[in-house]
Amino acid sequence: MLPTVAILLVFLTYPLGLGVWLGFTDTKIGSIGEWVGLDNYRYLIGDSLTREVLFNTLFYTVTASILKFVLGLWLALLLNENLPLKSFFRAIVLLPWIVPTALSALAFWWIYDAQFSIVSWLLIRMGVIHSYIPFLGTPWLARISTVIANVWRGIPFVAISLLAGLQTISPTLYEAAAIDGVSSWQRFRYITLPLLTPIIAVVMTFSVLFTFTDFQLIYVLTRGGPLNATHLMATLSFQRAIPGGELGEGAAIATMMVPFLFACVMFSYFGLQRRGWQQGGDQ
Amino acid sequence: MSKAQESVGMDYLQSLPRRWVTVYAPLGIFVFVLLFPFYWMAITAFKPDAQLAMHTGNPFWVVGPTLVHFKRLLLDTPYKGWLINTVLISVASTFVSIIASVLAAYAIERLRFRGAKQAGLAVFLAYLIPPSILFIPLAAIVFKLGLFDTRWALILTYPTFLIPFCTWLLMGYFRSIPYELEECALIDGATRWQILVRIILPLAVPGLISAGIFAFTLSWNEFIYALTFISSSEVKTVPVGMVTELIEGDVYHWGELMAGALLGSLPVAVVYSFFVEYYVSGMTGAVKE
Repeated sequence: MLPTVAILLVFLTYPLGLGVWLGFTDTKIGSIGEWVGLDNYRYLIGDSLTREVLFNTLFYTVTASILKFVLGLWLALLLNENLPLKSFFRAIVLLPWIVPTALSALAFWWIYDAQFSIVSWLLIRMGVIHSYIPFLGTPWLARISTVIANVWRGIPFVAISLLAGLQTISPTLYEAAAIDGVSSWQRFRYITLPLLTPIIAVVMTFSVLFTFTDFQLIYVLTRGGPLNATHLMATLSFQRAIPGGELGEGAAIATMMVPFLFACVMFSYFGLQRRGWQQGGDQ
Repeated sequence: MSKAQESVGMDYLQSLPRRWVTVYAPLGIFVFVLLFPFYWMAITAFKPDAQLAMHTGNPFWVVGPTLVHFKRLLLDTPYKGWLINTVLISVASTFVSIIASVLAAYAIERLRFRGAKQAGLAVFLAYLIPPSILFIPLAAIVFKLGLFDTRWALILTYPTFLIPFCTWLLMGYFRSIPYELEECALIDGATRWQILVRIILPLAVPGLISAGIFAFTLSWNEFIYALTFISSSEVKTVPVGMVTELIEGDVYHWGELMAGALLGSLPVAVVYSFFVEYYVSGMTGAVKE
């Protein structure tokens, strides 16, 4: 059984190493590349499109993660109340997360449609606006629309994971606090939040990681348009590598994501360690 | 669990109207927003074309529902083939991953070799590497092996993200099985293999089920590998086929698109609804570790 572990590790690390190596070559589909050193990176850093894509990716990740966290935590707190049909609610809330993203993105595409959007229809009926909104037509609207779709998909994961954390908090703490006469905000701020921090760190690391490298949603909704306003690192890397045939350049873009991911993982790892130490843990 | 008993605790402090405002109303809005796209998907799938293009009338309901979109989807497009492919690929890669993960997880947890801890950490880190970084090198490997544009390309690459996750999940389960059971078996002269098959696996059935469901839904939902490694229509999976082939020209067939999205989501939703508890425990277990 030991060999299984070894084989696995080799198979999993080999593509990663190959990816980094490809980033230093000018490999194209169907031809073996030559070593070109840092040329790919030099070109990419000098390219204004790459910088715009980096901005898009950061904007997308930061706004979507913050919204997912706030709304997800709120939903978790709501589900933690003493509700009738609790497990039923928990089950249906998770649906957006388990359905294939590409397919739910199609549904969003239909909801955002320039001519038949149900949202525009409703707003016109209510007299708020007078013409249909081109949700995916202008740069900022498209950015916001994709963030909303991503948040919709991500909330269940955050909420259900945090709910599991909430359920481990002993109710006696809240009772003690109630006797001391604290307000519900203080109860949240001084009991719930500190005890939940470790699990928040893990959940948000996952969430940030998968938002940063998101591909499907953008590919289905906008393919990076309009005017590259919603292009993310992952979609740009795909576009250069597969339809464009420039495997080397695509691999370089993908490799550029690694430091960000690494920083993100380290951040949560050390954050967790500090907390463990504060709470008297010895690991 | 006596949770129901405990959590009644302080509810009497809140009056009913207050609970409506702080709990039920926001929860209702959340559920509505989270489910609306599915409702909209379903209602569109059953609407006749004429009603889809109308700007008048009530768009939230359907007058005279029709199955014509489903019929056209299944008979005039390669959708049926995609569905079969997706099932084949998901089931095969799930089996491969579960077998590999059981062996790997058991080895890491119970064969006390040097570096077991590091190997466990490496598995976790491997799970954190997202497919959108790996698809280019994997495409190069798939080309070299001559697997491009075959189902095998997907069956063999999906385990690269399924195995780390399943291994991580199963490691948690194996850790919860007491050592004493194995020691007894060792005294009785059982081999490592017998211990694994006769003692550990039966005890880890819930873990195996959660890992299996996870692997199945993850491979059903996979998009970027299927998009990159497959080019001919006969071997495409549902998500990729829908996005690359049903969207053509300027006139979108919304009815068919939504019908396809609904049918493609149904299998995972059904599998999920049977095993919700396993799914949730697997997900939260994996995060908690």
